[in-house]
Amino acid sequence: MPKSSAIFTILLVIALLIGGTWVGQNVNLLPVDASTNASVYDELFKVLFSIGTILFVGMVGLVVYSLIRFRRKPGQIGDGIAIEDNLPLEIFWTAIPTIVILFVGLYSYDIYDRMGGMQALPQAGHDHQAMVNEQKIWGGIGSGSIESSTESTISALPVEVTALQFAFLFHYPKGDIISGELHVPVDQPISMRLESKDVIHAFWVPEFRIKQDIIPGQPTILNFTPTKPGRYPIICAELCGPYHGGMRSTVVVEETDSYQEWFDNNKKTPEITT
Amino acid sequence: MTISIPPATEKPIESLQPKGWFRYFSFSLDHKVIGLQYLICGFIFYLIGGALASAIRIELTSPMSDFMARDVYNQVLTLHGTIMIFLWIVPVVNGAFGNYLIPFYVGARDMAFPRLNAVAFWLIPPAGLLLISSYFINGAAQSGWTAYPPLSITTPAAGQLIWILSVLLLGGSSIFGGINFIATILKLRRPGLKLMQLPMYCWAMLGTSILVVLSTPVLAGTLVLLSFDIVAHTGFFNPALGGNAVVYQHLFWFYSHPAVYIMVLPAFGLVSEILPVHSRKPLFGYTTMVYSIMAIVILGFVVWAHHMFTSGTPPWMRLFFTIATSFIAVPTGIKFFNWVATLWGGRISLNTAVLFSCGFIINFVFGGITGVALAQVPFDIHVHDTYFVVAHFHYIVYGGSVFVIFSSIYHWYPKFTGRMLNDKLGIFHFVLTFIGFNLCFAPQHWLGLNGMPRRVAEYDPQFTFINQLSSIGALVMALSTLPFLWNVIHSAFKGTIAGDNPWHALTPEWLTSSPPPVENWKGPAPLVTKPYGYGVEVTGTNEQSISDIEIERIEQ
Repeated sequence: MPKSSAIFTILLVIALLIGGTWVGQNVNLLPVDASTNASVYDELFKVLFSIGTILFVGMVGLVVYSLIRFRRKPGQIGDGIAIEDNLPLEIFWTAIPTIVILFVGLYSYDIYDRMGGMQALPQAGHDHQAMVNEQKIWGGIGSGSIESSTESTISALPVEVTALQFAFLFHYPKGDIISGELHVPVDQPISMRLESKDVIHAFWVPEFRIKQDIIPGQPTILNFTPTKPGRYPIICAELCGPYHGGMRSTVVVEETDSYQEWFDNNKKTPEITT
Repeated sequence: MTISIPPATEKPIESLQPKGWFRYFSFSLDHKVIGLQYLICGFIFYLIGGALASAIRIELTSPMSDFMARDVYNQVLTLHGTIMIFLWIVPVVNGAFGNYLIPFYVGARDMAFPRLNAVAFWLIPPAGLLLISSYFINGAAQSGWTAYPPLSITTPAAGQLIWILSVLLLGGSSIFGGINFIATILKLRRPGLKLMQLPMYCWAMLGTSILVVLSTPVLAGTLVLLSFDIVAHTGFFNPALGGNAVVYQHLFWFYSHPAVYIMVLPAFGLVSEILPVHSRKPLFGYTTMVYSIMAIVILGFVVWAHHMFTSGTPPWMRLFFTIATSFIAVPTGIKFFNWVATLWGGRISLNTAVLFSCGFIINFVFGGITGVALAQVPFDIHVHDTYFVVAHFHYIVYGGSVFVIFSSIYHWYPKFTGRMLNDKLGIFHFVLTFIGFNLCFAPQHWLGLNGMPRRVAEYDPQFTFINQLSSIGALVMALSTLPFLWNVIHSAFKGTIAGDNPWHALTPEWLTSSPPPVENWKGPAPLVTKPYGYGVEVTGTNEQSISDIEIERIEQ
């Protein structure tokens, strides 16, 4: 390889690395981040987007360059060069995906751990769960993040979620409130226990970057901490029947005062029930 | 085990076979006829599946559910998925090209079990008709091609049961084919031909057939249990009767993840045949390619639960399947670099076959990168069951496998018919398909990231524009079929005569007339020990024909 083309190649690779990293860090494809999970998720997304852009542009560049450079020109006859393999080269390009995979794997493990994915499931941690039944609790991401976070002085707000064709019901054990919308105070860890009455549904809030299937007969846990007040859609993400597309609800993230107001207006006091 | 190959002079096979166009509608035992039966039958189902896809894209041009009833929409998406997987891609990349090419590649006159082969094909048309007819009986299945219980137990039973029966028949056909390929590749090789001298497609088909034979019975067993739950009200997967719905998902994906490799590994093999011929270079890194295929086969068995990261799987399981899935990128990456190295330094003819193959590589790289991202649990949690996943797997199965099917049709059409396809029209077809495909599916990644779940007939108004863009892409894809159909039908009668070996290829199917005689070669099968021996002298017992090609090639 002549010196000038070697320098040109190196410059091209550097430009690709910088360009790809810039695209990954600056092109935003995600909705607003409204939970502690979402900011961690976006970190991972940016890294994967950068790596993906570099790899895609580089690999497609290689293919397109080969097609143009080595195309058969008019009047050209005969074959290409008879190279069948090249061990150092093959070791080199076995190493590339291996290194990328190891890096991505370790990094995403770290992200998963920070989301609370590696925490033990709170089998008997919450009284209301232990009392309801002794079924095995199946995990969801974010489980245990409350225990792991440093500012865990606030205890989690328990919410029981029931999914059925084609609606979500939210039950607040504290005030015995049943609501069709999920109201939560901002910066308050929420611990949800999800159960389905009929088929499999899924609880998804894109702005929180969390999703958990709601499975009949197998309660699941999903913990999160909202960080930005607002109204965000709750979407059923698992095909559950004809009205699957319409199975939606809203999570309302409110400042503590207005949440308390909503709570007081809706809670069932013992005087009323007796 | 010895298998006697009837000498060509006796022509015993020929006399048993129907001749003329009628043989394509007969219970023919000729592997070439069966291969083309698979191809044409698969393409008819592709047109039906494509019409269903168009219906889905029409529904999604507006945010409201207004084009068809909601339960019909679910039936359409279920049929679309099932037809495209089980009646188009799997039968064509395995059955069509496998049957046509494998006996040539191993130097045999037919498959190991010709009758089983014909049975395997003739299971497909009734299974397909059964599946489609279910729509007219009492409504087709409407629980998606995954048929997750309890939804599949609670939706109307008739459609779901017909769906199960149809998939069982197609699975049976697939298993028969897999056994046949393994037996043919391992036991029917021409004397003197070593395993490591076989064309790469044989290795791809050997790996694929191992996947088929070991994983399809699991799906069959699972679907039989599911049918018991529906008919006899047993409680295998029904939580209301003490069953476990997640176990079904494990069993289903134990087959259905390998099914992705059943659709894609043969495509890898076909591309490995096409690129060396048109770039006039040996296939780069033959040995590492073989090991890569086998690594994908082994890893393919231990990645299924990455479809279930939100199903309530324990943390250790999520982690294990993340690592296993990620590592599939290593052998796949090796294959990518080997293809580029095959192109590098070649004399590439930029014809339709090459363009579709390179289109495949580009789409597959994109699908592979999103695939590695999806393998990461924390990433997947957000986009699972959204349009991001829909986009990802269409990049693999359409951008990957279907592009390779088109590439292969352009490459082998002269062998099938003795006539060339029109290359200009072919390039037009490629450009339309490539643009339409990317316009249809690239924007769907954004939809998924921003909150559009899959399998919905209605969506938020903010997604309207991107969905319409995607539907325009689908329209372009649908239109791209027209020049292809015209080309294939017109060229069959009016195309330029191809001659025996228009590409001057060295693999054994080209070392005979086009179309080949019933016994594949007049005279003994050639011993091709270097199927990719471009640029070097070729050795073989059938010196005459190979050197003829060499002379022809030099003279050009």
